Amino acid sequence: MSILFVLIPLSLALVVFAGWGFFWAVNAGQFDDLESPGWDALRDDPPKNDSSHDD
Amino acid sequence: MNVCFHCGEPLRGSTLVARVEQREQPVCCSGCQAVAELIAGTGLGDFYRYRDGNSVRPRENVQEDKWRVYADPQFAAQFTRTTKEQTSVTLLIEGLRCSACSWLIDQVLRRHAGVHDVSVNAATGRASIIWDNAKLNLADIMRTIAQLGYVPHPVTDETVTRALREERRDSLKRLAVAGFGMMQVMMFAVAVYSAELANEIMEPALLNYFRIVSLLVATPVMFYAGAPILLSAWNSLRSRSIGMDVPVSIALLLAYSASVWNTFNGARGEVYFDSVTMFIFFLTLGRFVQMSVRQHTAGVTDALARQLPSIAHRVGENGVEDVPVTSLRVGDVIQVRRGEVLPADGELLDSEAHIDEAMLTGESLPVCRQVGERVVAGTINVDGPVSIAITALGADTALSHIVSLMQRAQTYKPALARNADSAAARFLGYVLIGAGLTCAAWLAIDPSQAFAATLAVLVVACPCAFAIAMPAALASATASLGRHGILLTDPDALESLAKVDRIVFDKTGTLTRGELRISRCTSLAGVTEPQCLRIAALLEQASEHPLARAFAPYLDKGTVADLQTVAGRGVAGRIDGRLYRIGTPDFVAELRQDKHRPAPPVESIGSVIMLGDEQRALAWFELTDSLRPAAGIAVSLLRSLHIEPQILSGDGLQAVQTVARQCGITEHFARHSAQQKLTHVLDLQKQGKRVAVIGDGVNDAPVLGAADVSIAMGRGAALAHASAGLVLVSDNLAALPEAVLLARRTLRIAKQNLLWAAVYNLGSIPLAALGFIPPWLAALGMSLSSIAVMLNSTRLLPRAARRSSAPTVITAAHLQETTA
Repeated sequence: MSILFVLIPLSLALVVFAGWGFFWAVNAGQFDDLESPGWDALRDDPPKNDSSHDD
Repeated sequence: MNVCFHCGEPLRGSTLVARVEQREQPVCCSGCQAVAELIAGTGLGDFYRYRDGNSVRPRENVQEDKWRVYADPQFAAQFTRTTKEQTSVTLLIEGLRCSACSWLIDQVLRRHAGVHDVSVNAATGRASIIWDNAKLNLADIMRTIAQLGYVPHPVTDETVTRALREERRDSLKRLAVAGFGMMQVMMFAVAVYSAELANEIMEPALLNYFRIVSLLVATPVMFYAGAPILLSAWNSLRSRSIGMDVPVSIALLLAYSASVWNTFNGARGEVYFDSVTMFIFFLTLGRFVQMSVRQHTAGVTDALARQLPSIAHRVGENGVEDVPVTSLRVGDVIQVRRGEVLPADGELLDSEAHIDEAMLTGESLPVCRQVGERVVAGTINVDGPVSIAITALGADTALSHIVSLMQRAQTYKPALARNADSAAARFLGYVLIGAGLTCAAWLAIDPSQAFAATLAVLVVACPCAFAIAMPAALASATASLGRHGILLTDPDALESLAKVDRIVFDKTGTLTRGELRISRCTSLAGVTEPQCLRIAALLEQASEHPLARAFAPYLDKGTVADLQTVAGRGVAGRIDGRLYRIGTPDFVAELRQDKHRPAPPVESIGSVIMLGDEQRALAWFELTDSLRPAAGIAVSLLRSLHIEPQILSGDGLQAVQTVARQCGITEHFARHSAQQKLTHVLDLQKQGKRVAVIGDGVNDAPVLGAADVSIAMGRGAALAHASAGLVLVSDNLAALPEAVLLARRTLRIAKQNLLWAAVYNLGSIPLAALGFIPPWLAALGMSLSSIAVMLNSTRLLPRAARRSSAPTVITAAHLQETTA
């Protein structure tokens, strides 16, 4: 079981890293608007208006 | 399909079409046609495929030069931030409803050469734009957005926006810390508990190691994620009251300090880091959900700022100049052009004016004001330019008085929420006493059990399920309401809506559409009615008078020569070589040099105008405000829910009676001022009625504030939104009975939640006090009871079953509309 003494600090380091990443993302505004950026994919090249759409 | 392709309103006989993606789509007015063709013409027709709901109908007679003043760099500087080459601005965009809208605005702006960056946030309705100030100016940007049918407003106060954003970011971070922390600590806790369950003995070194690691993880959770809870408990203690957070904080602090103590003093005592972190996570989650719901409505903060224009045309020594409204002084003379909103109260100087006072009085038709009469800020000048000497500004205007009336009225609001809070405070008081008694009793019987039992009582009695019983149900209901086109701005409103037994409608803009249409056409000289309408429409097409708009659907091909508009009187023009006039009977009679004029149709309830040529009078047109298509069906559905409808209007008796008859309402009250409306609603409340008020204008704001539930129309004044609990975004009255049904279901589910929470709390407290529940089980029970509440609340979310029930109402409304 002594491997735990190494693995647990490692997992904690990972958690701290993930937390840091999340804080960075929040501060960079990644979570300010969760809807509109999805539309950016349509920006330059809107899909062709032929088959997929039917009323 | 008899609804407009762009805005979704009924077509009402309009034959206009817009070409979108090789198809002809019907539209209701030239405004919608222009917007739809602009969108399709720029290759962005996909917008219509992806948007969530109908778009806002563009305001007609938008004046091109309305935005011109923003081209002045000095004037624009108060809204923009400029560096050497770039300028940036934040705009609040009215009508921005879904992500597709923000995509559309983004796309169109980016097509401008010179726009560097655009970011449109659908959640807050704000757009930030950065552009090259050599190529563009603020006026171009605003004009572009306005052409799409949205109304841009420059945001002068950045601090509110920033504060909201910070709040959101802050609570996200706390939630993440609590979540990550809880998962880590739980991992160790599960290991320890499974060992206990299997009757295995854990190595003391490993156990101690787990505890120290748990302590490391739980500490930031406790003091970073839990800080708002601890702070709020501290604040409520300082104000000598017991809030929800007080026992929670006591339990948290006790559990945390005991765990720290036990961690460093051998393996004898228990540690409760798992309970602490789980507890904080759930509390933080609840707060986060509440904050999200609240932030949805943040757009209305600068409602008053939107109501009044920010620029005025001052008449000075060097002619007319455009100045910010803030630099005006009492006594200044300003010019108000056609279609503009008056920026201040004043006296009319040189000519009579037709003023649209619907915002203040509810009167649907423009009122004629003579020279020397008083006109008020917020009303609209519908005719030619007028000069006004300013008598009151800013806080002294009639509009501001209404706002303060509204603020006062809000204190009348029945405080259901406050009652619940005080009940919870009493309960929490008993919990603290109970915990103290438990501790004392156990100290007398068996001191080693005292701490665990006290802690269990504090944790198990945490009214956490209580606390989320309402918010969880509300969050689900809010999502469901959104599906029906209703925005919930005040969570308390739903609770009150479920109990409402009177609903008071404003007339103009609520039951009716707030715009005129031709209700009767009487031809006089043997010319057919369609012919008269055609001539009238041709003549009126150039006029910006509100009456003229009613003729737009009848517009057909044809050319008019010598078109001439006479302010306040009518329009003259030559069609197929013959000279026609349309307007006031006198104006038309002048053309044929004839004093005799036919009597107007009896019992006219709206405005009456006449059409004539050089020989004779051709036709009478009667124009009235038209009823919303769903009004009748909504009223009868509401009545079947035991809600008695009333009309309370500032309009004249006859107009109100007609509307009441059309939609089947028996109780109606005409010519009520804002103050009288307020008194009326307060009287109803004194009789023990629970009153919902639905209105759209600034004049309705005080009444909306005093009502048990206030509902504003989506196209109504921003100020009405600010004081309303619910906003009918789609202006579809048929959603109203749906909302009531949903509110009742929500209340039922919330009651089930509360009952469950009460049974859990009351059942478990004695058990905990007797020492049957160890703290970890208490924390687990607390969490499970919260999860049960959450799951129960998800039953309110929109489902397939609900989706199939919604269209029946809409179909019924359309049926009504086609038979009417």
